[in-house]
Amino acid sequence: MQRPDVIQIDKVSKKFTVHKDKSLKERIVNASRSREHAEEYWALKEVGFTVAAGESIGLAGANGSGKSTLLKVIGGILTPNGGEVRTRGRVAALLELGAGFHPDLTGRENIYLNASVLGLTEEEIDKQFDSIVEFSGIADFIDTQVKFYSSGMYVRLAFSVAVHSDPDILLVDEVLAVGDEPFQRKCMEKIREFQNEGRSIILVSHSAEQIIDVCDRAVVLSQGRIIAIGEVRDAMSRLHQSYEKQIRQDIDDAEAKIEILDGAHERLCSITNVEVAEGLIQQADGLKVLISGDTIDVAVDVVVSSPLEGYGILLDIETLKDESIFGMSSRRLQLKLPPIEHTGRITVRLPHLDLGEGDYSFNVAVTNAAGVEMDRKRHCALMTVRSDGMTSGYVKAFPEVLVGPVPA
Amino acid sequence: MTNEDDSTEVSAAALERFASLADRPLRTVATNTGFLSGAARSLSDIWEHRHLWWLLTRRELKARYKDSVLGYVWTLIRPLVNLMIYYLAIGKILGAERAIPDFAVYVFAGLTAWTLFSTTVASSTGSVVANSGIVKKVYLPREIFPLAATGSAFIDFLSQLAILVVGSLLIRGIAPEPLVMYVPLSMLVILVWGITFGLILSATNVYLRDIQYLVEVGLIIGFWMTPSVYSYAMIADSAPPWLIDLYLLNPTALAAMGFQKGFWLSGADAVWPPHLFTRLVLALVVGVVLMFIAQRIFDRLQRNFAQEL
Repeated sequence: MQRPDVIQIDKVSKKFTVHKDKSLKERIVNASRSREHAEEYWALKEVGFTVAAGESIGLAGANGSGKSTLLKVIGGILTPNGGEVRTRGRVAALLELGAGFHPDLTGRENIYLNASVLGLTEEEIDKQFDSIVEFSGIADFIDTQVKFYSSGMYVRLAFSVAVHSDPDILLVDEVLAVGDEPFQRKCMEKIREFQNEGRSIILVSHSAEQIIDVCDRAVVLSQGRIIAIGEVRDAMSRLHQSYEKQIRQDIDDAEAKIEILDGAHERLCSITNVEVAEGLIQQADGLKVLISGDTIDVAVDVVVSSPLEGYGILLDIETLKDESIFGMSSRRLQLKLPPIEHTGRITVRLPHLDLGEGDYSFNVAVTNAAGVEMDRKRHCALMTVRSDGMTSGYVKAFPEVLVGPVPA
Repeated sequence: MTNEDDSTEVSAAALERFASLADRPLRTVATNTGFLSGAARSLSDIWEHRHLWWLLTRRELKARYKDSVLGYVWTLIRPLVNLMIYYLAIGKILGAERAIPDFAVYVFAGLTAWTLFSTTVASSTGSVVANSGIVKKVYLPREIFPLAATGSAFIDFLSQLAILVVGSLLIRGIAPEPLVMYVPLSMLVILVWGITFGLILSATNVYLRDIQYLVEVGLIIGFWMTPSVYSYAMIADSAPPWLIDLYLLNPTALAAMGFQKGFWLSGADAVWPPHLFTRLVLALVVGVVLMFIAQRIFDRLQRNFAQEL
């Protein structure tokens, strides 16, 4: 069985012009300087990929990377300045909040309006109406004007209409985060059902887990260009690496400011570098990964202003949500570390690290003899963990399942 | 291009969908077409969405009077109050009645024609901005919005027309021949020119919000350039010929006179511009050409709507 392409994106570019003046007076007054008042930037630059029928694609990237713009171009809401998008079949889009509801009309009237916009005929809507209302779970408010709806109710109704419009391609932009948990579950079930029925889904999300969970492939955008495309886990790791740089930069900037503030007293000890020195394996695509269960050496390089004795080291492994999933301290381990004259490398070996698949970073601190922190580095040495892909979560285990009679 | 299927299980429903999708052609979405080459496509696109147009037209009416007690009656109250003021102030107090017999019918005929034009233009102008919620979320031919505004203006017009017909019958009666000859033609002229202005103004209003205030001013001027509270005879008597020629280029003036010719029985012997019927036909032909051009300009401008709103 061959799968036809349902979306072909061919070198799509989109330019935005930001006018700083909107009124006639301002434009006339500034006519000669209108160039200065119009800023141009490329929201998308020669983006291209194809989506086959039944395939689910995750779109990820930092804020302002062009994800939503790309979704709008696919949906036909924006016209690209260059390139072309071709689609096959019916497209339904759930962009930001709502899907084109009129605030003064009731939920019922908006269902008819919205479903017609999505391409259903009146008879089809009549047939689907009860099912739409039931799925949305807001039957009590169906005859209330939607301006009185909460944002959650809005999304419920919008999602419900969109999934009932029998789309071949469903574009979803971050909307699901607004619904409560039971509704989100319901949506995810529906999305799985859609996948099973061979519909294609393009999902924009900031949640790596959601994309890994739902999508077959992921596209990572940065400043309007594709920086990674392919298998979800690898693509998401690429995204995290690009985030990591940004986070490091922010932290360094913040620390630089503090340094100026207490620049009076010199730092006794500073951490110059943190890296995983041993234990990573380079994949074919250049990405360095830890194979779950392997041993790693984390190297911490320090510079001291005067010889240092009786110090300690703290090391945490953190998820990208800043949850610490492992922590160690040389003081608690009652280790006595040798003195450091000027510079030194402290290596922490972590044998048989059974981490689950995903991306992690380290949080490292050096303390003095009294246990007071002298320097700390957060979010360093981003590390990608790979394993057999059979289990999920932060811990890797090899479960066995046995079935037998209930013990008496 | 097609992709080899991977080894994962594919349901029968999915296979069926793949097969039916494979039969369908790839369709280019929202493309950059030339000024003329995209015309056929965008026109057929609008035609395919006629059902939606009707829904939006009804919504426009419904939403407008949603929270009001009198609801639809308001569309009649405004023109009736206008009629009363013009009838009393201009007809009785300023004495226009002496020169224009059955002044009430005369005023209401011209006013009905003008109101169709002015509501079409005024409500079209704001229509795209008012529907920004839809424009930003889903694709549909955006011409639908000014057209739906035109549709709802037309429905308002129909109820006024009904009052005009009943009023004329009661006061002096109606002659069928001029009615059939002039009224539908004048109506078409107004609609075509109203849509032309509506398309251009609704699109430019997205980029420049001053347009809607400009339109308000323009419509006041337009009102006085259309003979509804004064008669064409008053212009013809006092203005130099070149100014009269200029005056008769105004399609709303021609259409208003078409309405008066159709309903105002006592004005059969009044002064009318020469070849009124031919002028109306010409206005219609020119209007249709301009409407086509306006649609093409609209199509150009609508490409950046979603980011400008």
